[in-house]
Amino acid sequence: MMSRNPDRIFYGLCLAVALGLVFLVLGIGFTLLSGSWLSLKKFGLAFIWHRVWDPVSEEFGALPFIVGTVVTSLVALLITIPFALSSGIFLAEYAPARMAGPLAALIELLAGIPSVIYGLWALFYLVPLVRWVEMKFGAPPFGLGLPTASLVLAIMILPYAASITREVLKMVPPEIKEAAYGLGATKWEVIRGVCIPYSLSGIVAGLLLSLGRALGETMAVTMVIGNRSEVPTSFWDLANTMASVIANEFTEASKDLHLSALVEIGLLLFLITLLVNTLARIIIAKLQVK
Amino acid sequence: MSRLFYRKLKDRLALAAIVLLAFLPAFPLFHILYGILKQGLSVLSWEFLTHLPKPPGEPGGGVGNAILGTLMLAVMASGMAVPVGVLCGVYLSEYARGKFGEVVRVAADVLQGVPSIVLGIVAYLWVVKPMGHFSAFSGAVALAVMMLPVIVRSTEEILKMIPETLREASLALGVNYWRTVLKVLIPTGMVGITTGILLSLARIMGETAPLLFTAFGNPFWNLNPLQPVEALPLTVFKYAISPYEEWILQAWGASVVLTLMVLGLNLISRFLAWRLGGR
Repeated sequence: MMSRNPDRIFYGLCLAVALGLVFLVLGIGFTLLSGSWLSLKKFGLAFIWHRVWDPVSEEFGALPFIVGTVVTSLVALLITIPFALSSGIFLAEYAPARMAGPLAALIELLAGIPSVIYGLWALFYLVPLVRWVEMKFGAPPFGLGLPTASLVLAIMILPYAASITREVLKMVPPEIKEAAYGLGATKWEVIRGVCIPYSLSGIVAGLLLSLGRALGETMAVTMVIGNRSEVPTSFWDLANTMASVIANEFTEASKDLHLSALVEIGLLLFLITLLVNTLARIIIAKLQVK
Repeated sequence: MSRLFYRKLKDRLALAAIVLLAFLPAFPLFHILYGILKQGLSVLSWEFLTHLPKPPGEPGGGVGNAILGTLMLAVMASGMAVPVGVLCGVYLSEYARGKFGEVVRVAADVLQGVPSIVLGIVAYLWVVKPMGHFSAFSGAVALAVMMLPVIVRSTEEILKMIPETLREASLALGVNYWRTVLKVLIPTGMVGITTGILLSLARIMGETAPLLFTAFGNPFWNLNPLQPVEALPLTVFKYAISPYEEWILQAWGASVVLTLMVLGLNLISRFLAWRLGGR
């Protein structure tokens, strides 16, 4: 049997591994769900908009962290957009080929620096800077908090967003660009009138993927956000994101309900990033059909 | 005439704005490298690389256990992720037809997008909780899951690039399909597959979040996979948020070592990819 049909056995092995991958993903979802069961049962859907997170009295609500995650990620994305688009456009359209390749490689190398090192840098260089700005504006000079976390996130997702923008812009067929040049358009007019409209959905998908990264980013944010588990009332506040509260409290959670609530935050984070990434992938899939 | 002038002016202004905005972010990014090198290089020494950490207040001490731990985690995670990832890539490239192949690809994409801290939770619930204590093995499980999607997709893409004629030539010589895969396709795509593996390694070696409650950290030497183990990113995190001057300095030193490891892996994989593209 074995010697007669090794091809089938090899096929079976590959199929089993592929099935395993699918079950791995399902298993992750199932584990998160069953791990957060205690909390789901106790708090129900209200967990999402409940404002109090108090491990001592075992009252748990995720709103402070959802707000923290959404605010830091969206602000980071808004800060990044002009820079990432410019870098992408510069690399794809203006930079000579000889220069664009190494520059793009350099950007990708910088994207590979571990998150904890961005955090270390932010703690000692960004925090004093933010503190200085806060004193100018008369805000409480924490140095830590939402603004610092947003800034470091913006810096971290920039290389990623820039290199996707470049890839997408490079896919614009040269014929239609040449057609526009042939009509007497300037380079900027070609970029604005041809390249950007043509690749707009790709750029949006790239930005969504960057947002997905920012949402799940843990270490750098944990180190500078100030770890305060209340719904922030101003942009200068100390806060916590979904990822940072898990990083901070998971090993200290001695009570089952506390642990379960943290797992449920992990489940919510999983679902939010899944939603954003899926949206991006749908856009990309439509792009490839075109 | 003046209209043309305005259009040209606009073109120049746009160029200036783009160049300015494109090069401004280079400042923080390079400042990070500068910060690491400036603060960290002074700490590097043979003792720093090979010794155990000392308690705060005592001078000296190193991160030898963290370096060993990081390497150990990388080896264990690769041991789990490489065979599974490559076989799964083979399935997608050679066998997947129709709907199920799409399902597997979507699964790999979903896995790629899962935040690393969530994988830490999962590894905690899968390994740490049943075992009753933190361990290097649980950390390696979390890291292996992170490596998988990168290996799967890069293996698939590389194998798909191999010309059909090569498969046909091998099959025409009477070689079985599985031997064709193992003796012809995988050796042909070896450079590309290795590139993918190295890239995935570079991705996980700097990861801290999934190790916080799995590998956990350990101030002593440890090679037992069932015991907690230190890792460089954990050291950087712990030292960075500590109140001790000398620990903070050592955090920079550990960052240099970690950055060199990660950038080194990235550069090697890039070099391999470049050689692959050149031929």
